[in-house]
Amino acid sequence: MSIDMAQFHQVFFEESFEGLDTMESGLLDLNTGDVDVDEINMIFRAAHSIKGGSGTFGFTAVSDFTHVMETLLDEMRDGRRLVTQSAVDALLGSVDCLRAMLTAIQDEQAVDTQNVAEHKKVLEVELTRGADSSPVASQESATSEQVSDPVAITAHEANVEGWNISFSPHPNMLKTGNDPVRMFRELAELGELTSTADFLGVPDIHNLEPEECAISWKLHLKGNTAEQDIEEIFSWVEDECDFAIQKIQSTVQSVSPVAETTDSTTTVQPDEQTSKEDKETTAEATKPVASKKPVKDKKETAKPANKSSGSIRVDTTKIDTLINMVGELVITQSMLSLVGEHFEINKLDQLKTGLSQLERHTRELQESVMNIRMLPISFVFSRFPRLVHDLSSKLGKKIELKLVGENTEVDKTVVELLSDPLVHLVRNSLDHGIEMPEDRIAAGKPETGTVILEAYHRGGNIVIEVVDDGKGLNKDKLRAKAIEKGLIDEDAILTDKQTYELIFMPGFSTAEKLTDVSGRGVGMDVVRRNIQSLGGNIEIISELGKGSTISIHLPLTLAILDGQSISVGDERYIVPLGSIIESININEDMVNRIAGKGETFRLRDEFLPIVRMHDIFHVESAKATKLTDGLVVVVEGQGVKCGLFVDDLLGQQQVVIKSLEANYRRVEGISGATILGDGSVALILDIPGLVRLANQ
Amino acid sequence: MTENIEAIDDENVENITKTANSVQFLSFTLGNEEYGVDILKVQEIRSWEPVSRIPNVPAYEKGVVNLRGSIVPIIDLRERFGLGHVEYSPLTVVVILQANFEDRSCVMGVVVDAVSNVINVDKSTIQNSPDFGARVSTEFINGLTSVDNKMIMLLDVDKLLTLEEIYENEDNPLQAIS
Repeated sequence: MSIDMAQFHQVFFEESFEGLDTMESGLLDLNTGDVDVDEINMIFRAAHSIKGGSGTFGFTAVSDFTHVMETLLDEMRDGRRLVTQSAVDALLGSVDCLRAMLTAIQDEQAVDTQNVAEHKKVLEVELTRGADSSPVASQESATSEQVSDPVAITAHEANVEGWNISFSPHPNMLKTGNDPVRMFRELAELGELTSTADFLGVPDIHNLEPEECAISWKLHLKGNTAEQDIEEIFSWVEDECDFAIQKIQSTVQSVSPVAETTDSTTTVQPDEQTSKEDKETTAEATKPVASKKPVKDKKETAKPANKSSGSIRVDTTKIDTLINMVGELVITQSMLSLVGEHFEINKLDQLKTGLSQLERHTRELQESVMNIRMLPISFVFSRFPRLVHDLSSKLGKKIELKLVGENTEVDKTVVELLSDPLVHLVRNSLDHGIEMPEDRIAAGKPETGTVILEAYHRGGNIVIEVVDDGKGLNKDKLRAKAIEKGLIDEDAILTDKQTYELIFMPGFSTAEKLTDVSGRGVGMDVVRRNIQSLGGNIEIISELGKGSTISIHLPLTLAILDGQSISVGDERYIVPLGSIIESININEDMVNRIAGKGETFRLRDEFLPIVRMHDIFHVESAKATKLTDGLVVVVEGQGVKCGLFVDDLLGQQQVVIKSLEANYRRVEGISGATILGDGSVALILDIPGLVRLANQ
Repeated sequence: MTENIEAIDDENVENITKTANSVQFLSFTLGNEEYGVDILKVQEIRSWEPVSRIPNVPAYEKGVVNLRGSIVPIIDLRERFGLGHVEYSPLTVVVILQANFEDRSCVMGVVVDAVSNVINVDKSTIQNSPDFGARVSTEFINGLTSVDNKMIMLLDVDKLLTLEEIYENEDNPLQAIS
């Protein structure tokens, strides 16, 4: 029976990319010098399953590469090696490299073998360095060891006479399909094998579980075998057994040649580790450490592309709820059809109950379907630690990134489209916002700058904020720049908010010099456009010297909205229910006119502008032209309140948002369209856009 | 109109198979002028139905309709070309066109007086539209051809849409500020 393995490839790739993300975030969380075993274990496991999977599918390039990473991680895990910044960097680099490899395989393209080889070398250099990274070792010895004579090492290697292996499987090892006999057979191929079984752990016959393995073994393998080869045999069971390898040194073994060549202050323990590490040194030892340089550069280009994956992972409980809901719906449907089959007027009550049930179930069904599309915002946020890590070292700044509210759930579409604008904003904060460490100290701020990425729900919106404690926006500079670029008149009077908004204008950049990080003068306008195309809005609050806050307001979901229909003449519009504060009838004496034109009315303590819908939308058929004839709907959008003057309020309903842009274009004041029950199209109002429109 | 459709059935079906170097156009009239669009761009032909008006757009952009769940803009070609406005009747025809702009395709409807025929045009007989200078815009006219001594202007559907995009670029964010 042959199974088409290709059908599992997609799953493998998805899992592998997930694993890579886990590794990446784990690596970024690793504190240099301080080993968090759980963290390393997590990274190790991810690497291990990628290795296993790629082996199964025959992607040997991937499994070989992962093996090297795994070796390095394994040593960290066992505490045999310190977690150094260079090791973490090397591992991060290889995560990128692995990702590139997997992407290439997925796209059925050739793997960039040169890139892979480079990364492998870096890793191996890192591995060799590990030989002396026992806590007393110094950086100096690392380099000196690397230049040690390969020949000497080979000679040293030859001294291995054999291995003592103690192997005690955990009771459940047999259940996972691992057979010690098979492993011993493989070992026997490496050299002369003698084994002694230890029956001490075997319980008496009454308690014997035939499926459990209670025997442990002492194995003796003669011959000059590499430790790696032995480990590989046990690699499948390493989580299910205790095993230890001990080298039997030949009697003629002198002092380790490595020790001879290194500085006398270095202590190299001639323990079982040495030979392994040294062996790997042979090939790569002469490689200069400088080979790390291209890796750093690669990182920039190997940024994970913004893939919008066609599949999402859904919690099974969510699906179960959905199935229950569908069940209910089917029951309601059959009940209704029963009622309808022989309808008599006395069944009217039944019909009504049925219909109200149907309504409830439809709503619930809709909610749970929407729920499935919701993803935590951490899908977007998770890439930022890496970005900040890379950028801050590149810019020479000290920056701490804080993520708040990562579990806030947002619609999948929003998540996917949000990624690019956010990257842009964070880059900007890092590059232009946070000052150099010395400037910060001079300004009396902590040396390390803080960038906070925060997400939370407010009303029907999700708010995402990028907060930095950098130098803030310089209003005078912004203004001067805008005048210089001819974007505003010299005598234009701008409020603070309007001044900050200048940076969203096309072709505006105040960076004194362009860096390759940001400041190309395109960007912020694109960011705003992108956010607006999502039906959102973006605003800036900034204080000179204290920092800036950029907040993005986005609708929770792009698909369905609670709306209030209003009528203006023959036209019907939908106002998002979330933005309505109240609707009032007003009388003439509540209205004040400013300069004879702009109308305001007083609502409790506030004066609010009146936006006449029929005016700004040029609806000629409007019934109410006198303020007393119609209604004023008080709405709020992005902190701006105003009263929309409309003919009448119609009903409230849930509307499915359809894009106007798909076939048309964006229209100011309109955020989308929807199809009403009668098949006609109603436009959904965009309150902030309306206010802007009214101010023109 | 019905006559025309019959004509399509009888004569032109044969012609379709005959000529290899020919392109097919759907011809329609606007006033006294005859226009043609590439038939492959035509998605369907519908009768006029009331639209939902879009505020603050040029008058020839009539509004949007619901076309099986998607929102489709309707453009009055008469007004677009400055040929004046006629009252819509149940006989007014909307041709739903599919246009490609950059890498996305979009659907829009154009209001025309009447659909006349499907014509086979030999590619070699298509002439370039004459240059009228700035006086007459020939931007979306792909070429001219004649059928029975009647000139037919062949429209470039993609350009019809691209022109609208200009408006989008015009909405200057500056207006929001100053």
